[in-house]
Amino acid sequence: MKYIRQLLIILAVSFAGEILHALLPLPVPASIYGLVLMLALLMSGVLKLHHVRETALFLIDIMPLLFIPAGVGLITAWSVLKPILLPTVIITLVVTLVVMAVTGHVTQAVIRLSGRRHHG
Amino acid sequence: MAEFLQNSLFFGAFASIGAYMLGVLIKNKLKLAILNPLLIAIVLLIAFLAAFHLDYEVYSESAAYLSYLLTPATVCLAVPLYQQLETLKKNWVAIVCGIAAGTVAGLGSVLGLAALFGLSHEEYVTFLPKSITTAIGMGVSQELGGITAITVAVIILTGIQGNIMAEGILRLLRITEPVARGLAVGTSAHAIGTTRAMELGETEGAMSSLAIAVAGLITVAAASIFAGFY
Repeated sequence: MKYIRQLLIILAVSFAGEILHALLPLPVPASIYGLVLMLALLMSGVLKLHHVRETALFLIDIMPLLFIPAGVGLITAWSVLKPILLPTVIITLVVTLVVMAVTGHVTQAVIRLSGRRHHG
Repeated sequence: MAEFLQNSLFFGAFASIGAYMLGVLIKNKLKLAILNPLLIAIVLLIAFLAAFHLDYEVYSESAAYLSYLLTPATVCLAVPLYQQLETLKKNWVAIVCGIAAGTVAGLGSVLGLAALFGLSHEEYVTFLPKSITTAIGMGVSQELGGITAITVAVIILTGIQGNIMAEGILRLLRITEPVARGLAVGTSAHAIGTTRAMELGETEGAMSSLAIAVAGLITVAAASIFAGFY
């Protein structure tokens, strides 16, 4: 019974995300509306953690598997990628590193600055 | 054989999970960061299809049942995020600054590299949403007039790269605050990176989940501005 209720709630929120995606003219997918909606429901206390916990953790645990079909699908993109392969590879590598470095260092610097202000 | 496999209901999901488990075994045996289970699974499956001259559809027909769970699983990322709500409230200024700075730096470096390689405007806007989650990125690329098939491929490559390299890069760059580590992975490598961030720690996983949504939404607004620069 526990899993039935948890699955019901998770699918209901996913479905609500689809409805929002259809109604609102923004390039935001159902999954992101659903994520925000689920967070709002938990924060407002409408949902308690135990209403979704085990099934949610199961789905998050298997999440790496869910990207395998898209990854294998890269073979179908080979013909369009081939002509611009070198720029594609370099842009992918460099930009990913830049974003990771800037996000990490800016966040870390702000945390440490505000930490010093509070404690020092 | 192709017809039997394509009509199978279980082949794709079975082969995916089997290849992933094989990847886990190989990784545990050899302990090399490049031997990432997700990468191994993708390479093995592509090699299998190529070796037997099978079309992607032979595999994808029944592997699509895995992709079906992606939306509910993403919705569930709210759970670890909710469990880290105190961390979120305490660090919200740093979180907003970090994700915004990283996202703008990413768009800026796409701009710089596009100019360097002399890409067309169409190719430039194709790369702009490369760091964000597939569903948002596709929409942005389409709206700006990009080539969505390439955008999707680059987004997936980005995620796999982030998933493989996150731990090493964070160590190399001396990014040690768990909040900063999670945001760095989520902002640069969206949901595919987040699956790795979950393994780095609870705070890392939650912050990476948050970054998928926030970086995605900032990019929706900022990419349309950046599209006018080149």
